[in-house]
Amino acid sequence: MTTEPSYAGRRKERIDALAAHSFDETAGVSLIVSAWRRLRRDPVFLFGLGITVVFIVLAVISPWIAPHDPAAAPLLDKVRPQTNPVPGPEPGFPLGADDRGRDLLSRLLVGSRQTLVVGVFATIFGLIGGLFLGILAGSFGGAVDSVVMRIVDVMLSVPSLLLAFTIAALAPRPSQTTLIIAIAIIQVPIFARLLRGSMLGQRSSDHVLAARALGVKKSAIVFRHVLPNSMGPVIVQATLVLAIAIIDAAALSFLGLGSPDDRQPEWGQMLGRSQEFIYDHPHLAVYPALCIITVALGFTLMGESMREALDPKTRR
Amino acid sequence: MVRFIVRRMLQMAGVLVVLSMLLFVWLKALPGGPVSAILGERATPERRAALEAALGLDQPVYVQYLRFVERALHGEFGASTAVLPGEDAFQVFLIRLPATIELAIFAMVLAVALGIPLGYFAARRKGSPLDSGAVVFSLIGVAVPVFFTAFLLKYFVAVEWQLLPVSGRQDPSLDATRVTGLFILDGLLTREWDAAWDALRHLILPAVALATIPFAIIFRITRASVLDTMDADFVRTAEAKGLTASVIRSRHVLRNAMLPVVTVIGLSLGGLLAGAILTETVFSFPGIGDAIYQSQRDKDYAVLTVLILASAAIFVIINLLVDIAYAVLDPRIRTR
Repeated sequence: MTTEPSYAGRRKERIDALAAHSFDETAGVSLIVSAWRRLRRDPVFLFGLGITVVFIVLAVISPWIAPHDPAAAPLLDKVRPQTNPVPGPEPGFPLGADDRGRDLLSRLLVGSRQTLVVGVFATIFGLIGGLFLGILAGSFGGAVDSVVMRIVDVMLSVPSLLLAFTIAALAPRPSQTTLIIAIAIIQVPIFARLLRGSMLGQRSSDHVLAARALGVKKSAIVFRHVLPNSMGPVIVQATLVLAIAIIDAAALSFLGLGSPDDRQPEWGQMLGRSQEFIYDHPHLAVYPALCIITVALGFTLMGESMREALDPKTRR
Repeated sequence: MVRFIVRRMLQMAGVLVVLSMLLFVWLKALPGGPVSAILGERATPERRAALEAALGLDQPVYVQYLRFVERALHGEFGASTAVLPGEDAFQVFLIRLPATIELAIFAMVLAVALGIPLGYFAARRKGSPLDSGAVVFSLIGVAVPVFFTAFLLKYFVAVEWQLLPVSGRQDPSLDATRVTGLFILDGLLTREWDAAWDALRHLILPAVALATIPFAIIFRITRASVLDTMDADFVRTAEAKGLTASVIRSRHVLRNAMLPVVTVIGLSLGGLLAGAILTETVFSFPGIGDAIYQSQRDKDYAVLTVLILASAAIFVIINLLVDIAYAVLDPRIRTR
């Protein structure tokens, strides 16, 4: 395969390389089994997995372990706009409070929920959109395929953050939902191309041929035989997309395109709001930023090592 | 070759048409629409109808869209309301453009100057602490949001240690002469050394922050490409011929490994545009990115429309040029 040098070309190539992995057939063990054997002993993967599990568990149980209500303002009487806008740590409030007297630790803990919600929903919606387009293109082929793929290529050829910014800025008023939609839309072309590539590769494979010879219906072939076998690369990509979604959501929140309602804490939004006090109270920005970085790193490490494990070139 | 270029240009036009439609629909959907914005809510129906006719709003939607495109092609988007009040929106774009060009070039130079040597040495010592360290560093670079890098740099270098200026492009009290709008170049051309030096000092922090994105990409591509090339048959042949290690490295490995790296440099230039929104905002660096942020925040729709369309146009044009350059260099690409 020759290299297409454009930005979109690079992105396409990366997606196609991943798509190619799903139908690479090895003798004896299945791809997933051999990948799992490698991953089990891969410290990078385990580290990423560890971060991810801790993050998800925290997000689920945070309302019960948070010492205070993240929306309540127990330290409000300590906030002095002129002299002390951000109350420091004190007994019961290990990280202090924010500029509205709310416990910072509780907000960080509960904030993991919204961050997870944004990441997961943006990924799921992006995946559903991509599935729809990918199945459309991959199973019909021909003119449908050309049209769908042209649309996908157009979307891939604009820098994703600029596209997300445009979509979010077009919304009448910023909210959590518009943020999720904007990030989901920029993931659609990636998933679509990935699935189509992987499905096209399988169309000529033996098991599909066998199913066709047995007279299995076209829809049954797509949903029972082709799609399940295309899921490996999709899961890898979804893991990486989760990291990107969390970072992009933080970036858009930082630019004021996130939810303006701060009773529900979210890390990107906390980071954005902290800008006012950044010189005198940088910790307001540093804590949520560190959380975002850690979680994004967790998903990235996990995704990259899974990608490597699925790559036939590195498999021995 | 001609077919290839034509196909690519059609693709490029497609991107811009889709984007212009999106923006057009959005501008129409703005609360109240342009008529209420100009006349206020309590205008008489007759006056509203007159203005609608004058603005062409009584025409069918596709006619309105075509007129929007026509005006856009002439650079007529209306006046800025917030970023540079009263100024023509397209002028705002032109005024802000040089700052972003300067920033992007400087960031790219940094990323290349660090990414290529580091990637090369990491590949040569694969598995060494240097290699693992650099790989982990580049992965962290991907996970750290660029505005946070920018914030850390600003907080420590500019605020705490006061080594470099906090924001802006140049100290206004210098009253430097403008020639090209690229402040460093202006300073050198007019021999106002202090102006050039001051502009450079303002540029360093935003450029370093912005450079982290292409750096991570260039580093990883260089490393992977050098590793691939070192395994290639022609390198083994060269070794078997008894060529010295230094000749093999410089002539066979490095030269061949650079091809994909050069590609990726071309493409990351476009990606810098998106990163510039974040970096310029943190440093109040008066370029396009900062203007995109400001116009969105202050609802300066004329400016926002120009900037989004223009950024996308710049991006696809860079893409097109990279593609054409490669098609010229590598005949295999044309047939795709």
